[in-house]
Amino acid sequence: MGILTILLSVILVNNCILAQFLGICPFLGVSKKLDSAVGMGAAVIFVMVLATAATWPIQQLLNRFEIGYLQTVVFILVIAALVQLVELILKKFIPALHKSLGVYLPLITTNCAVLGVTINNIDYGYTYVQSLFNALGTGIGFLLAMVIFSGMRSKLEGNDKIPKPFQGVPIVLVSASILALSFMGFSGLVG
Amino acid sequence: MGNKLGILTKGIIKENPVLVLLLGTCPTLATTSSAINGLGMGIAATAVLLCSNIVISILKNVIPDKVRIPCYIVVIAGFVTVVQFLLQAFVPSLYESLGIFIPLIVVNCIILGRAEMFASKNNVIDSALDGLGMGIGFTLALGVMGLIREIIGAGTFFGHPICNFMVENPLMIIALAPGGFFVYACLIAAINHFSGGKAIKKTEFGCAGCSMKNICTQEKCEQEGAEA
Repeated sequence: MGILTILLSVILVNNCILAQFLGICPFLGVSKKLDSAVGMGAAVIFVMVLATAATWPIQQLLNRFEIGYLQTVVFILVIAALVQLVELILKKFIPALHKSLGVYLPLITTNCAVLGVTINNIDYGYTYVQSLFNALGTGIGFLLAMVIFSGMRSKLEGNDKIPKPFQGVPIVLVSASILALSFMGFSGLVG
Repeated sequence: MGNKLGILTKGIIKENPVLVLLLGTCPTLATTSSAINGLGMGIAATAVLLCSNIVISILKNVIPDKVRIPCYIVVIAGFVTVVQFLLQAFVPSLYESLGIFIPLIVVNCIILGRAEMFASKNNVIDSALDGLGMGIGFTLALGVMGLIREIIGAGTFFGHPICNFMVENPLMIIALAPGGFFVYACLIAAINHFSGGKAIKKTEFGCAGCSMKNICTQEKCEQEGAEA
């Protein structure tokens, strides 16, 4: 599969939040303000690509020793260690970047989107380059959904016409549902 | 004895992880396209939750405090792998339809949350009951949601057609992604309505009920963001 096809498919058609339901927690939790939505999205892109770069070769190693079933245990530990390492490195050498991204990093360790994309790369049988672009595209799709959704939520803020039982969490979910509906319009875009 | 029963039942209704505490949203939305998938996911997660709660509560004095979260994750990931094998061997059809969400039980915040909040502080029997209760609550919530989405979205009840009209004219959208968000929103709104807004104290998705609250820095960073 071509790289452009993979990118378009995971950004728009199979958007990781709105079609695959990966990473709903940060999507609902951190999307209140545009700033934090962008920060979280950027951090997710960064960690996803890095985690894929690390876990893909490790899977080949596991396969060679015929212990591929250890995938889940190994991947989650590698991602957790990697995130810690990246945080330390950023703190020491690029403090400016650490200030804007660093706060989101510990939160991402247990983000299902990151673990999900690394496992998907193996399941779909992507090559190394395809995997990296799949991770990049998934991250961009995450960022896109976060930014659009934070815009929608700023319109909901302080709206007192919402029926009482729907105030708070339910109306946020209904908005997410409408956003998911609009993204369904992209289905069929990539064959 | 009443105390033990209380631990078991609180996860089912009063502190239902999905509908009251609003945890574990990813598997809730993704695997409830049919009743059987929802129940299957719930049972798989319950098995992991029960086993990991027992083991973590046994090991709670051995695990050093500083590295407790990675240790919990290793225990949980081990049991998830076991469940993955069992499903693959005995119910391959469910294994196929749940797909990636089986390995993703590892990062389900309910499981890590109970390990951090309950099993690391209580004895083995209480932890087992807590895990079982929370698991049953999770399974019931997923089953109900799956059932609603299946009846409206496909016109079937656990795979059996209800009536011709509903099978021929299903509201497909409810079984697809937008319907997941919508049915979840309606369930929470219904609970809000019938409990007079008392049941769900959380009015926002955020740090309050999160299992990672103690170790994560988001709350701090949001405060900093507000100041900046």
